Amino acid sequence: MSSVKIRNLYKRYGKVEVLRDVNLDIHSGEFVVFVGPSGCGKSTLLRCISGLETVSEGTIEIDGRVVNDVAPSKRGIAMVFQSYALYPHMTVFKNMAYGLKLMGLPKETIAAKVREAAEKLQLTAYLDRLPKALSGGQRQRVAIGRAIVRDPKVFLFDEPLSNLDAALRVQMRIEISQLKEQLTSTTMIYVTHDQVEAMTMADRIVVLKDGVVQQVGSPMELYDHPQSLFVAGFIGSPKMNFLSGQFADPFKAHTVGIRAEHLDIAPADGAWSGRVIYSENLGSDSFVYVDVGAPEPIIVRQPGKAAHHAGDVVGLAPKVHELHRFDADGRPMMH
Amino acid sequence: MIGQVLYAASMVAFAVALLFGYFWGANWLLDRMLATTPAMAGEAITRRDSLRTRIRPWIFLAPTLFFLAVFLIYPIIETFRLSLFDRLGQNFIWFANYSWAWNDATFRQSAFNNLAWLIVVPALSTGFGLLIAVLADRLWWGGLAKTLVFMPMAISFVGAAVIWRFVYAYRGPDMAQIGILNAFVTWLGYPPQVWLQIPLVNSFLLMVILVWIQTGFAMVILSAALRGIPQETIEAARIDGAGEVRIFFTIMIPQIATTILVVWTTITIHVLKVFDIVYAMTNGENQTQVLGNLMYRWTFIAGDSGRGATIAIVILLAVTPIMIWNIRRARAAEGTG
Amino acid sequence: MTSIATDLPVARESRLPNWLPRVGVGRLLAHLALLFLVVVWTLPIAGLLVSSFRDPDQLAVSGWWTALTAGRVQEAARLPRATEQAEEAGRFVIRGNLLGANTDRQIATFGPTNATLRANEPGATVAMPAGGEITVEADGAYLWTSPTAFTHTTGPRIYYVAEIPPQFTLENYFTVLTTNGIGRSFINSLTVALPATIISVVVAAFAAYALAWMRFPGRTLLVVAVVGLIVVPLQLALIPVLRLYNNVAGLFGVDGKGYFGVWLAHTGFGIPLTVYLLRNYMAGLPREIMESARIDGASHFQIFVTLVLPLSIPAVASISIFQFLWIWNDLLVALVFLGAQDDQVVLTGRLINLLGAYGDRWELLTAGAFVSITVPLIVFFSLQRYFVRGLLAGSVK
Ligand SMILES: Nc1ncnc2c1ncn2[C@@H]1O[C@H](COP(=O)(O)OP(=O)(O)OP(=O)(O)O)[C@@H](O)[C@H]1O
Ligand SMILES: [Mg+2]
Repeated sequence: MSSVKIRNLYKRYGKVEVLRDVNLDIHSGEFVVFVGPSGCGKSTLLRCISGLETVSEGTIEIDGRVVNDVAPSKRGIAMVFQSYALYPHMTVFKNMAYGLKLMGLPKETIAAKVREAAEKLQLTAYLDRLPKALSGGQRQRVAIGRAIVRDPKVFLFDEPLSNLDAALRVQMRIEISQLKEQLTSTTMIYVTHDQVEAMTMADRIVVLKDGVVQQVGSPMELYDHPQSLFVAGFIGSPKMNFLSGQFADPFKAHTVGIRAEHLDIAPADGAWSGRVIYSENLGSDSFVYVDVGAPEPIIVRQPGKAAHHAGDVVGLAPKVHELHRFDADGRPMMH
Repeated sequence: MIGQVLYAASMVAFAVALLFGYFWGANWLLDRMLATTPAMAGEAITRRDSLRTRIRPWIFLAPTLFFLAVFLIYPIIETFRLSLFDRLGQNFIWFANYSWAWNDATFRQSAFNNLAWLIVVPALSTGFGLLIAVLADRLWWGGLAKTLVFMPMAISFVGAAVIWRFVYAYRGPDMAQIGILNAFVTWLGYPPQVWLQIPLVNSFLLMVILVWIQTGFAMVILSAALRGIPQETIEAARIDGAGEVRIFFTIMIPQIATTILVVWTTITIHVLKVFDIVYAMTNGENQTQVLGNLMYRWTFIAGDSGRGATIAIVILLAVTPIMIWNIRRARAAEGTG
Repeated sequence: MTSIATDLPVARESRLPNWLPRVGVGRLLAHLALLFLVVVWTLPIAGLLVSSFRDPDQLAVSGWWTALTAGRVQEAARLPRATEQAEEAGRFVIRGNLLGANTDRQIATFGPTNATLRANEPGATVAMPAGGEITVEADGAYLWTSPTAFTHTTGPRIYYVAEIPPQFTLENYFTVLTTNGIGRSFINSLTVALPATIISVVVAAFAAYALAWMRFPGRTLLVVAVVGLIVVPLQLALIPVLRLYNNVAGLFGVDGKGYFGVWLAHTGFGIPLTVYLLRNYMAGLPREIMESARIDGASHFQIFVTLVLPLSIPAVASISIFQFLWIWNDLLVALVFLGAQDDQVVLTGRLINLLGAYGDRWELLTAGAFVSITVPLIVFFSLQRYFVRGLLAGSVK
């Protein structure tokens, strides 16, 4: 059991309110991802859970016990930092053994645990090296290894992959997913900027904005049923198309949103029509940018290579049941 | 002699043992007294944990606080108190010492000399330091040049005093000069001079010694600052058609202005405290007296703690603006960092 | 198209002659200016070094820059009285050596009057005003002969220029180290500087860590206080601390002046700057490392000892060097807090005493001064990188 329960959490730096009335229930063994624009308070929330920051108001419970005043090392957590935070003057082995040594475990136990973790992360060959003699991916694995050996109840990651290149990122993402399969009872909280990471790894996603939780749900829930304009626009790539005013009137909504893949290019009379200004071919599919007279062009996703070129006049037909309607406050309207 | 070596060695060991004993001991004791076991109630563990984190900073800081209090803060208060008392510190005489100082010719002379030091030494040190930094950074043997100019930094004021007394040494006109300054002067065809006895000239020659020492300091700092200037700004100015000299004065100098100010004030502090050089060279004779040496004379030669303390307070007042400026800068740095 | 190809060489030709010399002259000027400054800066030390190895007699009469050429001195010697004469083969003879037993020296020229001292080469024979004629050899041996007996009652002078071959010796060092107590003071200086440096750096390191990474009420105030106290002049502390020492020592019936007091005083006076510099360095270490250790369960003491201290070695080294040099070079604190007896006078103090007692014995002064600056110079040349880094840490922010 290792649930995390957050109640009415506020965090202030002086007068600046960084987190506002956060309430969250994270179940044991769950993989939860925090997303949100830069500066919204993701790291702060994570650091409050870890105990590195004190909370201004509210409570944090781990395993049913309020941990507000408990030292970080006694919360049963482990954290992986964006910058790895490896101890530069210690070998990989010593880096991983450091926390165990502080726990006062006997030498053999420490060695066994470190070896086991190193095996799991393919680090056995590097145990005697200093961090500076490792590649970025290897360093990241050491940082994860250092967290694993502590057998944490809750695993905290703050943008662990953002310093890696694209290929390595994919590889490490898969490794972390496998880790999650192995550590079934360990709760994981993961902060990221990366849509793909969030969508593929998360059991549930927490969307934050300006220190306020916007919506919590599984990736598909958020994708299919965003509870606000902000979430609708934030989740998914490319961004959801938004149209308002005269374009939305036929649907009796203040704003309508429609994802690129839910639009068809109809020969003549769709709901809207406009001129193609640009098209992007990705090979497997393509994006067509259509100027319908709204402030932003509408993006349409087409399978295969684009059949339309700049200047063509096309009609756009939305799949009506995939259309998202929002009222003037940005709240979704019932279908 | 062997005894002294052993004494020194054992004292080093003693000092290390004492510090080790204190820091390790106190921390061990703290961890011991407020130890937690998993068996304890969560509440109790938490309370002890937080108590430990609250006490520990003061264990780290206690020796420093002791030293600050005993060797700096208490002396400031006590010196001020003494400056209001008579020579043996027995009778309260209000500001009589201060009015004595105000009217005393030697005090005025010293204050005036200090003022001259205050202008000449920082200006020349910073100026030469900047010049050498600029020249050395462009020439292939600049590193060696910088090392040589920097070398006097390592030498004591007393050592420097001996070195320069030898430079200023005087021999009668019919003899071969052994001081290089007089040798140069006689080579030019002028009679040799007893440099350290000519008022004003002698003060200047003492200042030269401090300039000689401090230029290396200014040079190192300014050289680092010059290297820190983004190369693009200089290239942009070059494209705009500025010549090297103009670039130096309008692009480079403004960018290192703060550093120049820091160097200047640091040297100023050294100047205000200057004692050794005057003490060793002239002991304040022939109108070379400065406040640092005057204070020493009144306190330890004349045995008048009231007047000595008064002069010390005057020196403190003179550094106060720099103190305030430093504090402001530190505050600003705290705020952003 | 073609015009570019043909214009280019022309442009180059017309520019080059004007442009290159100008840069060349500028460069040359820069070289010369820097050379001049470096020479001015090094000459004083060079003079000290050279002089300390010179023969005392030469040092007293010729500039150190002439050390490698033979020195020339003008001297005069009084010839013996008539009673010293001997009769040899019908002539009256007085023999001797102008230079005495000192055989390194050579007569360059000589003459019977001050005006003629450059008139005669060695080996020449010259008539003496007192009668007879004299022959002086290069090694100083003279032969004064006369057909009639000498009758003078005071010996006449003979004037000469002597050449002294360059002579270098370690004797000056031997003398100052043994008989003038410089050797003793060297040990005394070490006795002061080493413990004081160790104490102040260790004490400061703990405080610096607390001020950089621990959270407690009053931290900012303390940092500000430390910064403010950096500039407090030493002079201010002398009287109160000395009185305090005397009072405390009085309680135990010991002398208020001594090594223990000096260590504490140096530590106290140096602590604001040491704390400030170390704190700046430690505050620049990556925060995540400290946080990661805290999550691992390390206490601040463990973080300090196992992480921060090892990572701060460069800063600790440079600050130790500074503190050591500052204490080694100090005069005032030693003068006030140490006794005047032989086993407490430090190098700077001893040098001052030498200056007072032998203001003109340059062979002693230069050798003594050089002994006192050897340690700083060794430290400086071997650890220059750290030295510079320490300076920069304090000033460029
Ligand atoms: N020590 C502090 N003092 C004052 N404000 C702070 C402090 N630390 C963070 N903040 C503010 O809190 C807000 C949230 O910061 P946080 O680091 O949690 O953002 P984030 O969501 O992790 O952003 P990013 O995605 O860029 O990492 C920011 O606006 C930041 O300026
Ligand atoms: Mg962040």
